[in-house]
Amino acid sequence: MSEKVLMKGNEALAEGAIRAGCRFFAGYPITPQNEVPEYMSWRQEEVGGAFVQAESEIAAVNMLYGAAATGTRSMTSSSSPGISLKQEGISYLAGADMPCLIANIMRGGPGLGNIAGAQGDYIQATRGGGNGDYRLIVLAPFSVHELANFPKKAFELAEKYRMPAMILADGILGQMMEGMSFDFDPVEPAALKPACWSIGGARAEGKKRNMVYSYALGEGELEKMVLKRADKYALIERDEVIYEERFTEDAEILVVAYGISARASIEAINIARKKGIKVGLLRPITLWPFPTKRIKELSSKVKCILCPEMSLGQMIVDVKLAVDGKVPVYLHARPGAFFPVAEDIAVAIESALTGKKEQLFDLESLADKATLGCHQPENKPSKEGALL
Amino acid sequence: MYQGVRISGFGGQGVVSAGVLLAQAGLVEGKAVSWYPSYGPEMRGGTANCSVVITDTEVATPVVALPDTAIIMNEPSLPKFEPLVKKGGLLIINSSLVKTKATRTDIKVVYVPCSEIAEKVGSLKTANLVALGTFAGLTGAISIDAIASAMKKVFKRAKPEALALNRKALEEGAKIK
Repeated sequence: MSEKVLMKGNEALAEGAIRAGCRFFAGYPITPQNEVPEYMSWRQEEVGGAFVQAESEIAAVNMLYGAAATGTRSMTSSSSPGISLKQEGISYLAGADMPCLIANIMRGGPGLGNIAGAQGDYIQATRGGGNGDYRLIVLAPFSVHELANFPKKAFELAEKYRMPAMILADGILGQMMEGMSFDFDPVEPAALKPACWSIGGARAEGKKRNMVYSYALGEGELEKMVLKRADKYALIERDEVIYEERFTEDAEILVVAYGISARASIEAINIARKKGIKVGLLRPITLWPFPTKRIKELSSKVKCILCPEMSLGQMIVDVKLAVDGKVPVYLHARPGAFFPVAEDIAVAIESALTGKKEQLFDLESLADKATLGCHQPENKPSKEGALL
Repeated sequence: MYQGVRISGFGGQGVVSAGVLLAQAGLVEGKAVSWYPSYGPEMRGGTANCSVVITDTEVATPVVALPDTAIIMNEPSLPKFEPLVKKGGLLIINSSLVKTKATRTDIKVVYVPCSEIAEKVGSLKTANLVALGTFAGLTGAISIDAIASAMKKVFKRAKPEALALNRKALEEGAKIK
């Protein structure tokens, strides 16, 4: 491993992609991921790749479709509202079985939301996001080091299974600096095996041409295509699950958290462990495929599970599916792009174990508080906000 | 060892780059570090701040909610961060610009005329480094040598004279007890 350098998350992601052999990037500016296209704009030129600042997110994702079809390692990045705009293209990429990398540096939502880090796009990322039956391989880094090293992993998985991969991070990871290093030698694109399915150059070389498309109009053809993809998805769910575990050997309560929430959880676990509470962590690194099997195993050893999330509870759905009602699964929710406080999660851990409600998301009491009718937003949009 | 630091001031006072410098210095000393800026719809002339963590083990949370040390470079930052400093923590106040006194009695408060000292050193621009020097001197979380060595990495195009001036500012800051 090389010496650690101080690098910003977004720049580490961009440099990591370049070193992984990415030679095409198209994007459109949006906070908090702007350093990714900014870095790509000069770095792609240095390595002989292509950078396009597209006229819109939709244009960028369709340029990605075209570039990926040539077999070039290609990437786009954006943040939540921009990723929503790209969904049409992502669905087409999945339908055409195109390997590529999409990075989502999540911010608050829905709508324009705000520009702070958030985790509200989990469901969108792990269920496809666009129309039709499809999945994306979703990697969730929790450090600048992982942001730098995951693009290579993402491209390799995308190419192995011929499908799009996503790196799902958030504004905090994108904006923060940390000591990091690259765990791999730069990939020289020319040294990669050319894709047998890619388009371009067939006529000049006198070869049979390849086709890239996302439709199958003949009777029964689409179902065959979708079912074939389902086999592939099952294989990925069996073979490609990645997660990290800490203190699970003696755990009475398990915290399941990903990305930046996992870091706040680690601090919370340190606080709780000092008080003698036996608490462990499972951090899903692949969000799809999800570590369902491992969570199911652990659920038979613990009294309950806590999911701290910067959303109204999205990953918890997958945790509950894995647990299948065997033990209670609680939520500590910080929606609206509010960074979870470790001390609060520590309280939530105690509450979950002792049957209290403090710092736990109490679904039962919510309906009574709902306001209906012609209520107005509490805050008018600020002047600066209008610039976003 | 764990030090969670918040540095806050006007945009242009170098609070964000002082944070980067501190994180880089921690890395020079082989510590685990993180830096996280306040970003967003900030206005020119508005306040900026950043979080820095320096630790022997692993940085869990990069967002320092309750700092061990807060470095306050302008007036509006004082009411924002004084209440958040951990009990027994340290509050460094740039008394050249901040005229209000701190009210907490359960923390150590140090008033440093950063701008005056910086001007005496030779450049008002080094006020942030005076504050960093005081931080280094009082907490021992980082050495002046490490910050000086980090400067070469952070300010890559800085001239040797500027680096020498910066080091002087750090040393002057470190004299304050």
